[in-house]
Amino acid sequence: MKGKKIFIHPETAALKPLSFNIELCDGCNRCVEVCQVDILVPHPNKGNPPVVVYPGECWYGGCCVAICPKPGAIKLNTPLMNRVYWKEKA
Amino acid sequence: MKDNSCQCLKWPYPLLYDKVQKVTTDVLILGGGIAGCWAAIAAAKKGVRVALVEKGATIRSGAGGSGCDHWESAATNPCSRISPEELTQAMIKAHHGYNNGISHYIECREGYDRLLDLERFGGKIRDTEDEFLEAEFRDEKTKFLFAYDYENKFTLRVWGTTFKPALTKECRRLGVKIFDRTMATSLLTEGGKQGAKIVGATGVNGRTGEFITFQAKATVLCMSRPTRIWLFSPGLPGISEFRPPQCTGDGHAMGWNAGAEFAMMEKSVKGEWSGLRSFPPYGTGNTHNTWYACNMVDADGREIPWADRDGRTLTDISLRYRPSLGQKLFLKGGGESDIPTYEFQGPDILPLEELLAKGFKLPFYADLTGMPEQERKAIWGLMVGEEGKTKIPILKTYTEAGFDPKKHLIQSYGDGWRSGGFLPQERQLFGLPGGMVNDWNLKTNLEGLYAAGDQLLASNCHGHAAATGHYAGRHAADYTKEGAVSKIDSNQAKKERIRIYAPLKGDGRIGWKEMNMRITRLMQHYCGEIKTEELLTTGLGLLKNIQKLEVPQISAQNPHELVRTLEVLNILTNAEIILNACMARKASSKPLHFRRSDYPEMDPPDWKKFITIKLEKNKVEIGEKPLDYYGQLKEKYESHNSDYLEEHGS
Repeated sequence: MKGKKIFIHPETAALKPLSFNIELCDGCNRCVEVCQVDILVPHPNKGNPPVVVYPGECWYGGCCVAICPKPGAIKLNTPLMNRVYWKEKA
Repeated sequence: MKDNSCQCLKWPYPLLYDKVQKVTTDVLILGGGIAGCWAAIAAAKKGVRVALVEKGATIRSGAGGSGCDHWESAATNPCSRISPEELTQAMIKAHHGYNNGISHYIECREGYDRLLDLERFGGKIRDTEDEFLEAEFRDEKTKFLFAYDYENKFTLRVWGTTFKPALTKECRRLGVKIFDRTMATSLLTEGGKQGAKIVGATGVNGRTGEFITFQAKATVLCMSRPTRIWLFSPGLPGISEFRPPQCTGDGHAMGWNAGAEFAMMEKSVKGEWSGLRSFPPYGTGNTHNTWYACNMVDADGREIPWADRDGRTLTDISLRYRPSLGQKLFLKGGGESDIPTYEFQGPDILPLEELLAKGFKLPFYADLTGMPEQERKAIWGLMVGEEGKTKIPILKTYTEAGFDPKKHLIQSYGDGWRSGGFLPQERQLFGLPGGMVNDWNLKTNLEGLYAAGDQLLASNCHGHAAATGHYAGRHAADYTKEGAVSKIDSNQAKKERIRIYAPLKGDGRIGWKEMNMRITRLMQHYCGEIKTEELLTTGLGLLKNIQKLEVPQISAQNPHELVRTLEVLNILTNAEIILNACMARKASSKPLHFRRSDYPEMDPPDWKKFITIKLEKNKVEIGEKPLDYYGQLKEKYESHNSDYLEEHGS
């Protein structure tokens, strides 16, 4: 195993839990470090938003959004089938 | 130009498969969730060296890392009208005796001390900004906010999103050595023998692949509970279960292999929450937990009546937070059983069938608009906001999408707190499931091994994890002062290194997701709702075949996948524990949600006991314990905690 180079292909998941605003995100990677499931990795080019390599493993806890110092840079996307219905009270 | 796409990238961390790191400590804490952090803090305060091993990132890891909206069973808070003894006995009775008298007494007796600690560490436990001035549930002197039973005041509403960072900071301040991104893979025993004293553990880093051995005088297991035994979706692995996906019950599997004793592992309930079936937790209309005691209306806007345990309609909202006439206390928001006990049954809306018979039309909606403002704010803003997975996924997301609690009705999708229907064979370890057997030091049957939080028999919730974590940590530290470090058996560590790296050499034929699906399908068929000797024996035989024929083909490409793969191997072990436990109980039981069609009699008197199981020389040994094995709660507790009582007062 010594010296073996490995590559990862970001997984194509059923869901896309996170999206980044590339204008706002400065690639600080705080979200990478707070994620307890470790679904993100830093982008190879510094300053870019991290790469969600294991989107299917997201727990939707939102700690990545909560820790982000740039409001709006990262967004948690509720899975479509999990979106709840509400209506105005008559 | 900035780029948000990436097709293929080099593994971003150094690969250290060829390295072995050796760590020596006094107390080793495995698992950095709520219980683990508290164990580390308590042990470090005793002046011993502490290492904490966490698979994720301690700052937010664990089921309670993202938040906590209510702290249960704080029976010693100055406003409580219930004693720790009364409350523990209520929880035991509510579960028909199948409960952990020791751990829940610790929770009732010390939970409040942990809240005060949290405040010192920087967590928020009272309404310091006077947001809820003069609310019925607020104590003006202490500024504590209570939930559920406003008469007895033993459950507090808290700002739990502040807790985990505060605990992590305290761990660091006390010099706890934190090993984040490290999966504990096995327990090391004296002489490498099953059932012998625990002398440490092994681990692997999920980013670098580095192998680590931890030599310790005492070890505390705080590694959640088994999940993904019956429920798994390869498309949604992250939300297949309620707890975070990396909480796979690794501690159970490691403990089992080392010879730890378990009880109640035969208990499983029909699924309560899974992203396969349910909506986001605490994100739908209901009358339970975080949403207690919300108004509900039917499809036509007709208000759904609330009633006490005798079916008397409660016209005043305030009465939903009071025991019934002649009732001392009620259990809500934790501690109660799925099968209500009249003595502790709290107010609720009428059962669904009764409502349909009375002409109420589906769907039902939660109606926060008609709640008194303080109650509305306590549900939407405080509890939905501070509970785990609510600040961003619910409060922020729904608000940005236009939800206004003063204007909107939000749909309910199931009964109780559930927001989805499950098939009978889609099961989970929920509602005080089985776990490790503990004594009054929270020590397991193995010398040098302690357990806390969800690792324990009949565990639940944040306050229980905190109180038992602290307790196990300090008792483990005391133990280390009695003896020297035992030597690690180098052969045992070497064998473990070979075992955990084997998937890296796999041929790629079987991945962890396929293996997890394999296990869940098998368990649905052979260990579903209705069990028989033939089903269980066949299931166990098939599991053995998987071990022998399919596990050698499992494959992982990098350290992250390796950790996911090792988790699934633990899931396989946990399935084996459960099948063995189910075989050992030859009687059906209602409180254990356990149905054997070959032994159909429910709860025959001879079987009202804990059945214990453990491995001895790799053979399953069955034993038993009386349900009240913990003895006299107060006396036993006090005889084991004289130092603590001296420090904290009795």
